[in-house]
Amino acid sequence: MAQTITQKILSRAANRKFVDAGESVWLNVDILLTHDVCGPPTFDIFKQEFGPDAKVWDPKKVVVLPDHYIFTANEHAHRNIDLLRQFAKEQGLEHYYDVGSDRYKGVCHVALAEEGFNLPGTVLFGTDSHTCTSGAFGMFGTGIGNTDAAFILGTGKLWEKVPESIKFTFDGPMPEYLTAKDLILQILGDITTDGATYRAMEFDGEAIFSLPMEERMTLTNMAIEAGGMNGIIAADSIAETYVKARSNKPYELFQSDPDAKYHSKYHYNVRDLEPVVAQPHSPDNRATVRSVQGTKITKSYIGSCTGGKLTDFVMAAKILKGHKVAVTTNIVPATVKVARDLECERYDGQTLKQIFEDAGCSIALPSCAACLGGPADTVGRSVDNDVVVSTTNRNFPGRMGSKHAGVYLASPLTAAASAITGKLTDPRDFL
Amino acid sequence: METIIQGKAYVLGKNIDTDQIIPAEHLVYSLSDPEEVILYGKYALSGVPPEQGGLPEGNVLFVDEGSCQSKFTIIIAGPNFGCGSSREHAPFALKVAGVKAIVAESYARIFYRNCVDGGFAIPYETAEQLNKVIKTGDELKIDVEANTIENLTSKVTYKLNPLGDVFNIVEAGGIFAYARQENLMPQP
Repeated sequence: MAQTITQKILSRAANRKFVDAGESVWLNVDILLTHDVCGPPTFDIFKQEFGPDAKVWDPKKVVVLPDHYIFTANEHAHRNIDLLRQFAKEQGLEHYYDVGSDRYKGVCHVALAEEGFNLPGTVLFGTDSHTCTSGAFGMFGTGIGNTDAAFILGTGKLWEKVPESIKFTFDGPMPEYLTAKDLILQILGDITTDGATYRAMEFDGEAIFSLPMEERMTLTNMAIEAGGMNGIIAADSIAETYVKARSNKPYELFQSDPDAKYHSKYHYNVRDLEPVVAQPHSPDNRATVRSVQGTKITKSYIGSCTGGKLTDFVMAAKILKGHKVAVTTNIVPATVKVARDLECERYDGQTLKQIFEDAGCSIALPSCAACLGGPADTVGRSVDNDVVVSTTNRNFPGRMGSKHAGVYLASPLTAAASAITGKLTDPRDFL
Repeated sequence: METIIQGKAYVLGKNIDTDQIIPAEHLVYSLSDPEEVILYGKYALSGVPPEQGGLPEGNVLFVDEGSCQSKFTIIIAGPNFGCGSSREHAPFALKVAGVKAIVAESYARIFYRNCVDGGFAIPYETAEQLNKVIKTGDELKIDVEANTIENLTSKVTYKLNPLGDVFNIVEAGGIFAYARQENLMPQP
């Protein structure tokens, strides 16, 4: 029987030859990811259900990456880090990346890739909705809650309903003004925020396979904004090169069968597309940047698992070089690695860091920061009636802090161009 | 498991995401310390813009100032309830505030799973746009066995979609209770 790549990966994890869309199956979990917001309550449930002295099913398969509320004076947030540290110690979790140590990484989804945890063909569950990001590596990644995560901690297994898949094919070479963010916002406008609920979103086509891994991660990252269970891109030589440079673990490559069944298929030619934003207050409220050009903004924010990777900052620097920003512009590298790269990566003779500093941006320490608002002292948090152009993933009311603020989700190119003018601006004006 | 759930309706629109159900700044409280747990009740649905809370009129507080309990125990909402983040703090907060059931046109996957596996509130789906016909404050009665919801205020009864596969987990009270019942894990 023909299967999609998602079915094949789930078949492997269920020790089956074939799993059908719609059936519920028990999966063996390769990696469980958690962080400072959902880790402590997950560990509580684990102890309550499996006993105070219980041990996790496999300490090598639990990855704990604190990233949400790191650089804050909030005492409850500090307590959550203490609880992670304590659990990691008593359970002997070698993949714990402590805050305040040189092991600290930053935003979990980007760090998973950097640290070689993303392996084609594997199954990852994480207590974060953007766990779907890892699907860029030809693997299954999806978000779950604390109870499900606690169940995995004790058993190494979880039930999941095998999703139907929707296929999105992007033909043509990517023009320089277009980014993965524009592609996913295009899709969101077409299928809306629940268009892929309980489904897999599979990305294919020449434009997709021309993208570097970090851009592919932007696509799969936002599958959840369409309700998708997972986003997935088959691993090719670019993916394999990335993985082999970071891991020596074995992995398995899967591809969808040509006659696999899909819920639906969408076809785009990237030459027909243009830079877009998602207007307040929903990621599917798409408009071309040209159609809202001139809308005044009060802040520009470049960061998060979606838009705080090195490639995002390279794009932003291309636009910002030699210009001054007109509004507060926060540069928030996703990880420590990205932050270091800003100091070495050069564009047109200058490091990215120099370019951002010369432009008047402020560079923050790596964490999730204001993508989800966070405690009151979080860098870049929206206040009052702020109008923010942001490379993040979600713009429902209050997402970045103030529920009276409006957030325009955009590509790093658009966020940078808009920072210079203080108004929503099509990046083609600066390219 | 209760077979009849009766209570007052709190009506919301579509795409009520988890940041509106419990804003991210509140996710720092303990989910096990009783003194902190009540804060989740206090701030439940506090991220909903005022005019969109308690439809059709809006500007109805879900939890009164100074309280940690809502007088509304059944949420009525449009499509895609619970979209956004994976935070289980969201269904947890609704439960702490006193919510027994949610009736929405559809749910985001993670929120739905969290409701069921964590045993927080029963997530009913309905093919009808109940948030257009039920008003905040209406007295409702859900018959769990008949899969119906009756509006005692307007005397109209609507059908709910059967819970299907997940009924057994809901009935058991969550994934752990279910797993023990099915001998998938040892008894405590």
